[in-house]
Amino acid sequence: MPAPLREAPARWPGLRRITGEPVLLALIVLAAFALFVLPLGAIGRLAVSGTGGGPDAFVSAVNSRSVQRAFWHSLESAALSAVAATLVGGALALLIGLTDVRGRTALSFAILMLMMIPPHVTAIAWIQMLGPSSVLLQALNLAPAPGSTHPLYSREGVIGLLALQQVPLVYLTLRAALRALPRDLAEAARVNGAGPWRVLTRVVLPLLRPAVLAGFALAFVSALGNFGVPALLGIPGRYVTVPVLMWQRLASSGPSVLADMAVLATLIGAVAVAAVWAQMRLMRHASVALIGPPQQPLRLTLGRWRSPVELALWAVLAFAVVAPLLAMLATALVPTYGVPLRADTVTLRHFHEVILNQTVTARAFANSAALAVLAGLGVAALALAVGALSRGRLRGGARAVTTLAEVAYAVPGLVISVGFIIAFLRPLPGLGISLYGTHAIILGAYLSAFLAVGLKPVGVAFAVLDPALHEAARVSGAGFWRRLWRIDLPLIAPAAASGAVLVMLTAWNEVTLSSILWTRGTETLGTVIFNYEDGGYSTLSSAMSILSVAATLALMGLLHRLGRNLPPGIIPWRG
Amino acid sequence: MSITLDHLTRRYGAVAAVDDLSATIPTGCFFTVLGPSGCGKSTLLRMIAGLEPVDKGRIVLAGRTVAEAGLHIPPEARGVGVVFQSYALWPHLDVLGNVAFPIETAGVPRRKARAEAAQHLESVALTGFADRRPADLSGGQRQRVALARCLASGARIVLMDEPLANLDPHLRAAMEEEMTAFHDRARATTLFITHDQREAMALSDLVAVMRAGRFEQVAAPQALHDCPANAFVAGFIGRGAIVPGEVTANKPGQAKVRLAPGLTVVARTGQHATGAVQVLLRPGDLAIDPSGQAARVASCAYRGDHWEARIALDGLSQTLVASLPHRADPGERLNVILNGGWVLPQK
Repeated sequence: MPAPLREAPARWPGLRRITGEPVLLALIVLAAFALFVLPLGAIGRLAVSGTGGGPDAFVSAVNSRSVQRAFWHSLESAALSAVAATLVGGALALLIGLTDVRGRTALSFAILMLMMIPPHVTAIAWIQMLGPSSVLLQALNLAPAPGSTHPLYSREGVIGLLALQQVPLVYLTLRAALRALPRDLAEAARVNGAGPWRVLTRVVLPLLRPAVLAGFALAFVSALGNFGVPALLGIPGRYVTVPVLMWQRLASSGPSVLADMAVLATLIGAVAVAAVWAQMRLMRHASVALIGPPQQPLRLTLGRWRSPVELALWAVLAFAVVAPLLAMLATALVPTYGVPLRADTVTLRHFHEVILNQTVTARAFANSAALAVLAGLGVAALALAVGALSRGRLRGGARAVTTLAEVAYAVPGLVISVGFIIAFLRPLPGLGISLYGTHAIILGAYLSAFLAVGLKPVGVAFAVLDPALHEAARVSGAGFWRRLWRIDLPLIAPAAASGAVLVMLTAWNEVTLSSILWTRGTETLGTVIFNYEDGGYSTLSSAMSILSVAATLALMGLLHRLGRNLPPGIIPWRG
Repeated sequence: MSITLDHLTRRYGAVAAVDDLSATIPTGCFFTVLGPSGCGKSTLLRMIAGLEPVDKGRIVLAGRTVAEAGLHIPPEARGVGVVFQSYALWPHLDVLGNVAFPIETAGVPRRKARAEAAQHLESVALTGFADRRPADLSGGQRQRVALARCLASGARIVLMDEPLANLDPHLRAAMEEEMTAFHDRARATTLFITHDQREAMALSDLVAVMRAGRFEQVAAPQALHDCPANAFVAGFIGRGAIVPGEVTANKPGQAKVRLAPGLTVVARTGQHATGAVQVLLRPGDLAIDPSGQAARVASCAYRGDHWEARIALDGLSQTLVASLPHRADPGERLNVILNGGWVLPQK
């Protein structure tokens, strides 16, 4: 049967060229301009040439005692916590990634909880666990005397909890590197007579060195931008970091100190970007070093040590993850702070209060839920668009947007929100309304800071996709939009959905961005929890934290299910 | 529906993947590009499909210039069909959806497109598989879906990028027959890329042997085997040895060549040959005969239906390749006569 003769579709190829990718690129560039260039540029412009800015402002900032101290505290806490996180996260990655311990996915999930539970909630939980009314410490007769200073309100407390938060970052980086390690390198060493210890010290660890350094840099940058831990522990402990200093100055003086803020934001942002730049160089070095496809990773048998090692791992995680949450739950269930938890004292009053009685908390739940969903969907849409462009002739534009998103993700959240205030405080030209004080400014900050979170899974999914699938659609006569809609979107949708849920998790839990962007009516979950704890209402903040952690766990469960059919590397704890 | 390639060049940095290549592929021809990996054959296919830009030169498809300096018609507007090495079946669409896609892009509503696609599925004997996913099919079935999709595109020019490379050897022979049937059915001008000379020989009207971005020779399969244009083609296609010699006598189409003192051969020539020449001796040119030149077996390997031996003739420094009906041990003595050969064209 001769195929019916169909004319080659020559319909206005010139028009097709401009209505396809260029239109999408124009939309992306517009979004990138509003999300990254305007806010970050506004900081730079105000810091360098605005009234109250300029070189003099930098000199006076650098000479200020409080700024010097805050910078020292920021660098010290970030560096020391990153060292501790690298040691702990590295040990966990080696134990779980290289040996035959059972339940690797469950262990990874538990470790990731350290990161998924937001810093301010972690801080509250640990304050409850180690404070004077701690059920745990009272049972052990170790509780500090009532009225004494809380042991976590100190430099060591800040560094310790920061380290705990960064452990998963190092762990993930090293697990990924271990997965990419060709197994035959280690097997060649064993065949040549090396025992497990020598394989580890002479082959595996030297090959992992770039990944260890990269994990350290990631942990450093993340700790540098942390707000929840140093705010809740460092303010009472007189250990103020740069983000906390910025928040204090804005909270006490309002937008009049914006030029001052811009100077601080430029300085701390520069430190973060330099650290990320160093990390990216190290990763590039790491990726050229290995030849050979990744294989089933090495499994060293622990023999009779397996059960004790597993027990120890779960015990450590129970202490670091579960115990603080239980302590927080105990606080949420007693009538007033300090009352011991017994059968006759237990009450659900605070849950009733935050869910039904307080309009602020109900509003915060609604605001955060809506903002998280919108941020997730917005990031997924942007990530899909960037991913679709990243393989065409306009890939340069996609790469530029990706770089901007990575910069925005790296700089401390306070810097992003300061940028959004400076850029959008003035009424929008033409509309005459200011975005400040609306939900839109918080959503914008979320999209800006979290786009990188959603870009990563989409990028991974596009990278493992056979390019011929896309090319087959082209030679079948499909134009850009048809390819996007019929081929790319369905294939990438699961990864984009995972990215969206990751962003929802991050947005649902964040406090840093909204801490200076919220106003009456646009409170977020994080700010309300933070303000209750800051104001001494520990029972209410604990109850809200418990609810937010429950929602977080539900989202993580959803993500776990979504991840069943995805390539490895998208769901952090899978694979 | 001919394909004209006019001084085509594509560079990657300093390396020319396709280097000033010109050729014309006539309408309806099954044209195979045969070459070792890295010779630029896939780049050539991708340039014709529009998946790679052209640095220099011109591509004309059915009289329409689709690529030259400053012009690049995108693949979706070229109207060519491509069968990919990985088949490139969309995993999220069922078999019928895959086949219907090119019909839909031509503006046919989805329901009608699926009905039309069903006919094409029937022509590759996959009617019962319409609602399967590509992942549930075997390699050969996937290949046939890819062919059906190509048929459905209605393209008069079909490009195939090593479509049999991912199949088991025994399946490959069966698919070769399907390829021939496919070509007979579609009557489309077909450009077939492969590194497997057996495949090229079995399928093609014309074969182009490609090396380093250029066609070394374009000829019908048998001409390529019997009358290679140069030493590379002679070495790449079939078995044999190239031996230097001296022309001692001449007549049209033939030359008498002295290979060693007391050893001559009457070989075919394509042109008037004089002086020093190179002669290609295929196994078929050698026969075991007690009256022939004394020789020693250097090595011997079983090739399925015959034994292939490397044989050192007394007085000749190269070993020749002979096919033997029985096994021979290295060192064994035998006598060989030379029945013919091919004088490689002189530069």
